[in-house]
Amino acid sequence: MGLEGFLLVGAVIFAIGLYGALSKRNALTVLMSIELMFNAVNITAVAMSRYIVPARLESAGDVLPLLLTGQVFAVFIITVAAAEVALGVAIVIALYRNRETVFVTDAIEMRH
Amino acid sequence: MSFGSGTEAALVTEIAFWLIAISAVIGAMGVVQFRDLFRAAMSLVVCLIAVAGLFVLLRAEFLAAVQIIVYVGAISVLLVFAIMITRDVAQGSPSNKLRLPAALIAALFLAATAFVVLNTDWNNLDEAIAADAEIGGSETLAAETVDQIKDIYSNTVPWVAGLLLRDFVLAFEAASVLLLAAIVGALALVRER
Repeated sequence: MGLEGFLLVGAVIFAIGLYGALSKRNALTVLMSIELMFNAVNITAVAMSRYIVPARLESAGDVLPLLLTGQVFAVFIITVAAAEVALGVAIVIALYRNRETVFVTDAIEMRH
Repeated sequence: MSFGSGTEAALVTEIAFWLIAISAVIGAMGVVQFRDLFRAAMSLVVCLIAVAGLFVLLRAEFLAAVQIIVYVGAISVLLVFAIMITRDVAQGSPSNKLRLPAALIAALFLAATAFVVLNTDWNNLDEAIAADAEIGGSETLAAETVDQIKDIYSNTVPWVAGLLLRDFVLAFEAASVLLLAAIVGALALVRER
């Protein structure tokens, strides 16, 4: 494990999510794949902030808490992901109401 | 993993890491492989809980709690709700015509990322501390810096709170506005006309 292990897990999950987001027809599966990619990015951000020494640290002082900036980034990514899922699910339900479909390949017009 | 806490503890964290990592990857595979959408959502939950475990291993306890509450508690419930509403249409999650190119792109991405990860000389904190301890000096990090790093990583929650509510407070408030806008937008989208 160590830094490389966490980064590799993040890369594998991101690749799986990328495959799902590009190849699936159901909009809900696409949303779930995007969630996978968000999580992979979170793992990478937290692992980086946990293991990598910033160059500024050699003249340390009160910059030390900035070691945890990766965790703060992950908090904001989770917030944005929550907003994205709420809107995505709303769009899917609106699409289902108007068109009786949830397949992204059938949603080819923007008007309804 | 931790700053020199004995070989048994290191072995346990190593085993825990591999178990959690494998379940995260299996859960992620399930999301794209199951034809039944409900099973895919449950598989996503497995993956998300495993990611929370990875956060604990990375000393991000606050994030692990947020991950469980927001992802496992809220987002997955929302997704299951949407799956149930659209169930009569959604006969599984078939692939579109781009399945093979998508798999190829994902595999290429994974290969490139793995190459970069394994071939970069990372400025590793644990290795720097270990090297300093070995020569008994402080070549890369001053001794008081190492002490303060250990202090931070012994309990990260107050430090994260300090960052969120002091250094990043503007982004924190902007996130609240973003969530409000998302709620209003979602309500406007699904409202009965």
